[in-house]
Amino acid sequence: MIAEKYAEEIEGILARFPHKKSAVLPLMHLAQREYGYMSREAMREVAGILDLDPTHVLSLAGFYSLFHEEPTGKYVLEICNDLACALRGADEFVEMVCRKLDVPLGGTTEDGLFTVKGAMCLGACDRAPMLQYNLKFAEHLDEEKFDALIAYLREEAVSGKEGPSVVEKIAAYAKSPEIGVNNGTYFVASPRY
Amino acid sequence: MAHILLRHRDIKDIYKLDVYQANGGYGGLKKALAMTPAEVVDVVKASGLRGRGGAGFPTGIKWGFIPKGADEVYILINTDESETGTFKDRELSENNPHQIIEGAIIAAYAVGAKKIYNYFRGEFMDAGYAMEEAVQECYANGLLGENILGTDFSCDFHCHYGAGAYICGEETALIKSLEGERGQPWSKPPFPAIEGLYSKPTVVNNTETLSNVPLILVNGAEWYTSMGTEKSPGVKIVCMSGHVEKPGNYEVPLGTTYRELIEMAGGMRGGKAFKALLPSGGSGPVITADSLDAPLTYEGLTEYGSVMGSASVIVMDETTDMVWAALKMIRFFSHESCGKCTPCREGTFWMRKMLQRIYDGQGTEADIQVLGSVARQMKGRTLCALGEFAVNPALSTIHHFMDEYKAKVSGNGQMVMVETAVTAVD
Repeated sequence: MIAEKYAEEIEGILARFPHKKSAVLPLMHLAQREYGYMSREAMREVAGILDLDPTHVLSLAGFYSLFHEEPTGKYVLEICNDLACALRGADEFVEMVCRKLDVPLGGTTEDGLFTVKGAMCLGACDRAPMLQYNLKFAEHLDEEKFDALIAYLREEAVSGKEGPSVVEKIAAYAKSPEIGVNNGTYFVASPRY
Repeated sequence: MAHILLRHRDIKDIYKLDVYQANGGYGGLKKALAMTPAEVVDVVKASGLRGRGGAGFPTGIKWGFIPKGADEVYILINTDESETGTFKDRELSENNPHQIIEGAIIAAYAVGAKKIYNYFRGEFMDAGYAMEEAVQECYANGLLGENILGTDFSCDFHCHYGAGAYICGEETALIKSLEGERGQPWSKPPFPAIEGLYSKPTVVNNTETLSNVPLILVNGAEWYTSMGTEKSPGVKIVCMSGHVEKPGNYEVPLGTTYRELIEMAGGMRGGKAFKALLPSGGSGPVITADSLDAPLTYEGLTEYGSVMGSASVIVMDETTDMVWAALKMIRFFSHESCGKCTPCREGTFWMRKMLQRIYDGQGTEADIQVLGSVARQMKGRTLCALGEFAVNPALSTIHHFMDEYKAKVSGNGQMVMVETAVTAVD
């Protein structure tokens, strides 16, 4: 239940808007984080918090490409293979990734760890080939760096020592509008692979 | 020349409030708060600053459209940056967030807004931390919230994240998305300045546009018009990508030529010959070598049938298959079409199918004609500008590179129905 787990975040997010419907995308992000994908249960929960019709949440899940209506792997790799990246080898990179993980584009590895997707421009054309794994940027990639990233993620999955997700870190800023969540220390960009 | 927008490249740690303030930060806001809102609008009008998201609408005039004395006004910062080839607002947000916030507070003061929302595309959450931290620093230091800098002006600032939809960069779609709806544009009027967010007067400004504002206030409109050209004053961040040696953001005075931009970006990669470039990501018609001496201005490419747009320059060398490039772009638009208006939804779908068939070598000359015909029928008939952009890849590549299309098709021009699998570029 995100209403309990993220009670403070949700309260803060709702306080930002004069109309609570505006909070629907942030809450859907949290729900997807909690349930792994936008399950019907997740949609109903978001709708319940915001007094929306669940079909409205369903329509948003279909419209916005970051929401997955089917279960995905633990890590969703969104690889940009749009024009600007493709001019710098993104298509070959996608092929390499699919070969290494032994999945077709859009598929999930047998161990349930990785879903590989092609993405439209992710705003990092100068750092191609690149991808996002669960919304984290990984840029200037080549085969070696990709192997290192996969090894790192496999280890993280096995050890269970995951830090908070991007969605959770961003939502935490809504907890209190006036006090930094990092206690005055500045956020240092997440490790870039 | 020291940077005006990409100041983090000259000043280390300018994302921190104390560093930003030590370098004159929030001086523009102080100056603005000592003026009347109308005077602030006048300064921005006099600076000639125009929208940097692509449309190029004069910023001061946009602010001036907000009805005087409106009780609820909103400022929306458009950080939805989703155009293929564009990555400037991300660099600004990650590295120089206070300049954006300061510009937005000045805008809020000028139009009487009490709330600012910064709409990031959902994929930029990982690029949002610096902005979130900066906002909190501002609250803690009397730069946001109640009684800003001891005046009776109060204003809130919140970051909001979308969830993956190119269309939300269109201002009315952005508003719909922020209201919790599907991000689909509406047919203007009403214009956001009259009926925007929650049907209240709303200004939607691009991130880079607002970054210009603080220094315009500090140094004056004349300082700003001393840069760039007469009709297109100031500086612009250009996103250089594709076949250049050093892709990245380059801040230049408007009026710089495309040839100079390519040189700045280290020249053509591997010394290959230049073939074509897209001056405005996927949205602007492609231009060829004869246009390289055109200036980067709002009017500079008009005679070459193209636009500066957001200045996301995708450079392509002699090895590029232009039918492939057109297919990549139309694939983008068909994926990102919001589906609200028929010409765009159906047009992009069929253009993609036809291009795929031509690219696969299964097309005929008639396919090229039908492709152009569909594009021309879409033009001027879509709900928003984004549908309008979607025809450019097809029309401009057909115009400049007909020989490449012809080399891919065969037959006498009669339509041949072939079921093609749309797989090659997925």
